[in-house]
Amino acid sequence: MSAPAIRPVLSVHHAHKRFGAVHALKDVSLDAYRGEVLALLGDNGAGKSTLVKCVSGVHALDEGEILLDGDSVSLHSPATARRAGIETVYQDLALFDNLTPAQNFYCGRELAFPAWLPRPLRFLSKRAMDREAAAVLDRLRVRLPKFDAPVALMSGGQRQAIAVARATVFARKVVILDEPTAALGLREARKVLDLIAQLRAEGNAVILITHNMEHVIELADRAVVLRQGRKVGELKPQRANQQDLVAMIVGAGA
Amino acid sequence: MWFLSIININAGIARHVAEVTREQPETTSSPQDSDRSTKGSIAVSWGLRLLSVGPLLILVVLAVVIGLLTPNFLKPGNLSNIAAQTAVIAIVAMGQQLVILTKGIDLSVGANLALSTVIGGLVFQATGSAPLVILAMLLTGASVGAINGAVYVFGRLPHPFIVTLATLSICRGLALELAPGHTTMRGMPDIVTFIGGEANLGLPNSFFIVLGVALLILVMTKSMVWGRWTYAVGGQPEAAVEMGIPVKGVLVSVYAISGLCAGIGAVVLSGRTAASSPLYGNLLELDTIAAVIIGGASFLGGRGHIGHALVGAVMIGVIRNALNLMNVGVFFQMIAIGVIIVLAVEADVLRNHLEARARVLQAARTQ
Repeated sequence: MSAPAIRPVLSVHHAHKRFGAVHALKDVSLDAYRGEVLALLGDNGAGKSTLVKCVSGVHALDEGEILLDGDSVSLHSPATARRAGIETVYQDLALFDNLTPAQNFYCGRELAFPAWLPRPLRFLSKRAMDREAAAVLDRLRVRLPKFDAPVALMSGGQRQAIAVARATVFARKVVILDEPTAALGLREARKVLDLIAQLRAEGNAVILITHNMEHVIELADRAVVLRQGRKVGELKPQRANQQDLVAMIVGAGA
Repeated sequence: MWFLSIININAGIARHVAEVTREQPETTSSPQDSDRSTKGSIAVSWGLRLLSVGPLLILVVLAVVIGLLTPNFLKPGNLSNIAAQTAVIAIVAMGQQLVILTKGIDLSVGANLALSTVIGGLVFQATGSAPLVILAMLLTGASVGAINGAVYVFGRLPHPFIVTLATLSICRGLALELAPGHTTMRGMPDIVTFIGGEANLGLPNSFFIVLGVALLILVMTKSMVWGRWTYAVGGQPEAAVEMGIPVKGVLVSVYAISGLCAGIGAVVLSGRTAASSPLYGNLLELDTIAAVIIGGASFLGGRGHIGHALVGAVMIGVIRNALNLMNVGVFFQMIAIGVIIVLAVEADVLRNHLEARARVLQAARTQ
């Protein structure tokens, strides 16, 4: 819907990260815009995960800075990153198998009353949470067989969809998806791709990590390629430059 | 009888699978796929719906069968007797249920209960004050529980088994050491004997204590943020951390509540016997764990509710009472309870298997 805004919602400037002797990120910069799917590509060990973990507050950068809407921010914990508006869906999904979709949506940030009680002792606003979660799933066209069954009983694709939908509810700025289709069958992966397109249409900035070139070419507006901790390229993925993209990832001809 | 207890364990899952299956046409894309998966899931669903008769029904069946075998069983006096005998197991099992819900185990409840009665007895001898006696017992129980939780969490132990085993030993030793003559102390304040030993409306007062504790825990687990967090911690501890739930605080509170339940059990037991003893609560940890598992909660955490603990406790009470009426020896009762535990845990495994099956069916349906 909305074209990429002029100003990036998320900017990483000259990021460095070292783990002992390993220089995992070397002067990496990138921008993410609203209404855009940015693919983050690279072979295993290229630094994708490290970069994402820095942005989502798991690791702290050694050098460089992260800007949200132009303001420098310090993301020293996953909770801080979440509060700042960055939601990350890891491969493990962080879903609670024993809870329903709506309970999963709000787990850790339940709607509850009265406000004067300490948080653990407040009473859950169950109906409001069910209603909100149902509305979001409906909006994102996620079809679930049963809304009040625990997510343990749902398929991989449905679980992925729930995790992604949860992230979108609370992400005010950026949604990061770490290989959202890796564990899925063809049709289920298709549904998740549709969901990502939907997120973009709603004006979210989406950062997508994937190894699937087909998905990148189909969905991504821009691709940033990392290799051995460096940013080695940035281009608009198309059928025509697929070979270039792969060459950049594996480092052939460089 | 054993088979029936497996059935009740699958009740919850059966309901969900049944519901999932009913809703199936909505998400079906191809009629052929639907046909194939429908057959599979209808089999699963019908099998499970048959199983979903519920723990309570099994208890009723059990009671009817025993009632036919031994006419004395269903007499009001005996039922009231069962209620009184079950009260302590039921109260402590509800605390144990919370601990097991968070993938834990509390082996110290029996020794904790004994220590609580001894402290209560000492306070009674020293002051004669009923409120102080009750307070001492509850406080002792809760403190031991809180220590369990704190050592487990802040000592970064991989599992609470060891720490609660250690407190079992410490509490039992302390209780024996503190009790004059290392043995039973006679005497309890009237209020305590009223709570634990007398009856009203044809039911022992301890029954109403069980009811009160159950209601309180029910509200806490089902309606309060704390309860949602407890289920989250039991379901996926790593995810709970990622979602910003104060996992450590939740765990400490759960163990403290389990200890508090042991303290309440101490009040009831010392009230019923008008005494306190360092020997009370022997093997109570096994009874309560058995009650939770037999009642249908998952030993792997994340699933189960207060009803499971209650039904399990009553089932144990009923089986013991029936075997007593039929003149079956105490040792055989121990064997019987042990066998039920094995079967119940096996049923938990079976449930997980069925759940995986339901997931596969679900995936097949979305294809």
